[in-house]
Amino acid sequence: MPKLTVDGIEVEVPAGATVLQACEAAGKEIPRFCYHERLSIAGNCRMCLVEVKPGPPKPQASCALPAGDGQEIRTDSPMVKAAREGVMEFLLINHPLDCPICDQGGECDLQDQSVAYGKGHSRYTENKRAVTEKYMGPIIKTIMTRCIQCTRCVRFGEEVAGVEDIGAIYRGENMQITTYLEKAFKSELSGNTVDLCPVGALTHKPVAFEYRPWELRKHLSIDVMDAVGTNIRLDSRGRQVMRVLPRINEDVNEEWAHDKTRYHVDALVRRRLDKPFVRVKGKLVEASWDEAFDAVAKAAKKARSSVAAIAGDLLDCETMFAAKKLVQSLGSNLLEGRQTGMAYDVTNLGSVAFNTTIAEIENADAILLVGTNLRWEAPLINTRVRKAIKKGAKVFAIGPEIDLTYKVQWLGNDLGLLGKMPSEVSEVIEAAKAPVLILGPGALKDGHGPALAVAGSFMRDGWNGFNVVHTAAARMGGLMLGYAQKGGIADVITADPKLTFFLGADEVDFSAFAGSFKVYIGHHGDKGAHHADVILPAAAYSEKPGTYVNLEGRVQRADRAVFAPGDAREDWTILRALSDKLGKALLFDSFEQLRAAMAAEVPELGQEGLVRYAWAPPKLPAKAKGPVNYPIADFYLTNAICRASETMQRCSAELVHGEEFAEAAE
Amino acid sequence: MADAPQIPDEAETRARWGNFAWTAENAEKAREIASRYPENRRLSCSIPFLDLAQRQVGAETNTQGWLPIPVIEFVAREIGAPYIRIFEVATFYTMFNLAPVGRYHVQVCGTTPCMLRGSDDVMAACKSRGLHKGGTTADGMFTLTEVECLGNCASAPMVQINDDNYEDLDFDRTVAILDALAKGEKPKAGSQEPGRHTVEAYGGPTNLTAMVSENHDFRGEW
Repeated sequence: MPKLTVDGIEVEVPAGATVLQACEAAGKEIPRFCYHERLSIAGNCRMCLVEVKPGPPKPQASCALPAGDGQEIRTDSPMVKAAREGVMEFLLINHPLDCPICDQGGECDLQDQSVAYGKGHSRYTENKRAVTEKYMGPIIKTIMTRCIQCTRCVRFGEEVAGVEDIGAIYRGENMQITTYLEKAFKSELSGNTVDLCPVGALTHKPVAFEYRPWELRKHLSIDVMDAVGTNIRLDSRGRQVMRVLPRINEDVNEEWAHDKTRYHVDALVRRRLDKPFVRVKGKLVEASWDEAFDAVAKAAKKARSSVAAIAGDLLDCETMFAAKKLVQSLGSNLLEGRQTGMAYDVTNLGSVAFNTTIAEIENADAILLVGTNLRWEAPLINTRVRKAIKKGAKVFAIGPEIDLTYKVQWLGNDLGLLGKMPSEVSEVIEAAKAPVLILGPGALKDGHGPALAVAGSFMRDGWNGFNVVHTAAARMGGLMLGYAQKGGIADVITADPKLTFFLGADEVDFSAFAGSFKVYIGHHGDKGAHHADVILPAAAYSEKPGTYVNLEGRVQRADRAVFAPGDAREDWTILRALSDKLGKALLFDSFEQLRAAMAAEVPELGQEGLVRYAWAPPKLPAKAKGPVNYPIADFYLTNAICRASETMQRCSAELVHGEEFAEAAE
Repeated sequence: MADAPQIPDEAETRARWGNFAWTAENAEKAREIASRYPENRRLSCSIPFLDLAQRQVGAETNTQGWLPIPVIEFVAREIGAPYIRIFEVATFYTMFNLAPVGRYHVQVCGTTPCMLRGSDDVMAACKSRGLHKGGTTADGMFTLTEVECLGNCASAPMVQINDDNYEDLDFDRTVAILDALAKGEKPKAGSQEPGRHTVEAYGGPTNLTAMVSENHDFRGEW
């Protein structure tokens, strides 16, 4: 634990800390471009120079200098000031002065730091260097003349994303950052390089020139594109969400977000259901809310208690709770959220949760992946697995071989392997201090029982190594609210409900509901709306406050960013108004009352934070054989929102299906 | 970047070099090179492998050799590294040619010591034999490049032609070397100053004078 003084302030930092971290501990701001807490140290921008005694009488790069006992650091001396001004002047020699047309303007590290630490003028009168634009795919727009070669994007690709496509070619003044042969950066985390870029060299291509950062209103929200529950910030202007940025949450997403989280926002104003529709003679025609409600009331009268509700993947708990109350008040309990027909045992939620927690995956030393394509099902858990590997973890996997961005020992595509693990694998797991089993949705159907049967060997004192990956943001919340039948959606189909509410459910096999009056309450004109008899336009996740439970059981709350378009309303208000029409008025009149009623029924949903589910795995048949199929066929088109997004469609075409796009002439 | 090499058309080079592989002899050499480095430090092979590949391309095309994209990818696969990592190396070092060169790659040093000692004459001599900067002569014999210091300042001016340095040049000596090469001869490498052995001082040594008549060094020749 070295003790040192920074500008006369004594601080003690952990062994191995750098001088820069020591300065931060002392509350001193050190300007930097290349240094980033989550990436390796490069030390090439030289902006973090400080004066260090004892040492040579020259400024030193604090980011790459280990803090030593008894060092005296000055960050406020004339030498440091001159050094920063000098570095800044050099960095600006070749940097264009195009801030007025630069998308980074207003949130640019270079801009801010040149104001704070720069000289204010340049003595450079020669011509500036110019660098050609590089193609980096549908997400990243490049203006390479602005690049200051901090290599953050290169290090991110290598260390976090695990897709080594970006590099620095040539050298000296000619050095350029580029993807290999200017092909797309094929990572589902590529958008993070834009956040990392301290200047405007990499900017968001889908929203280029659309907004200025200071025009945006910021709203805290939770991502619904997968079940990880990434903490996000929705930046809106007027009635439109312009962009999504990740918030820092060390327990969930660190500070990353994948591309689906970031770039689906263009779909929030496309293909929206903004008016009620009623099917008349086989055709959906626009209607008023009253007409739509009347149609539902008519069907409800006929159906009596033969009612069901199917929850979609993107729902908040409040909507599901309100629908549950409505269905129950009509005398039914047919609730299901697993649209695609999955029917695993949910008598114990611990046996279908991500028990180890996302952050703890980093500390695992043996990882067994069972039928999971983590890279697509939960990219931010995949980065944690990468981190665990860096610390020395071994990874085995059962399932079809795919590129997970790290080295995996593939055992074969046969769930039977769970019962008879190769001895070298079981030895590693037995010897491990923190072994982890990650069961993917593809294996949940046939592999749940066998996985639970071997779960015992993944338990340690204070360590539960049994994890299930879900792909739907609504899944854990739905299960907590009872959106599960024993036989899954098949039980609902067998019950043959005469009236079915589809709450943003688009992945259902609608042909099985041919005899049912289908009410679709959702926000995008997708499969569900096509098959509906009545469409009640609702709010997307950005247009309503809500509670979400991620796959580890973390209850998180999101705020409303904008209002729903047209006649669309927040889901719970629709259900509340409908209940009046059906003569079974729900017992809450405001969102707060709804939340209170939900918390009264499921107390865990009443407060934010991690729910620890009891671990009491049910006895299930432990015999399994056969291959696994990964359920996600296309990472970029997994739900109604991203299917409506032009950016996501383009990503899918180019990055998944390998279509070649000519570089757009600008 | 005005003087960046124009990387040739991809489709064409892929068709020509797509199935590049070590010759039997070079495969043996590659194995020897790989054995010099630990198993988990395979990236250390990148420079020697790229050099070997460039020489093989050179032997196949009867030039000094260059590194087509598919060959760089071949080297990356041999090493087990992502393509971009090897591409970075190949673009960083000027000894790797990213575009085809002629039979002889004439690299004239134009840095200050050479310039003061007459590198302009050397350049003029090259031009008088039809060489032009950044290009290859029509017969495919010579490619001329101006480079920065190659570390022979004590015998400036100098050129590097393929693996050899030619030092103490002037206009006529440069022309003589180029003509000899064009005829297929192999001119003597090193200093072109008659009587100059390495880079000893003109007019005899000014120190270590005892060494003039008798060798006191542990080496047979000094």
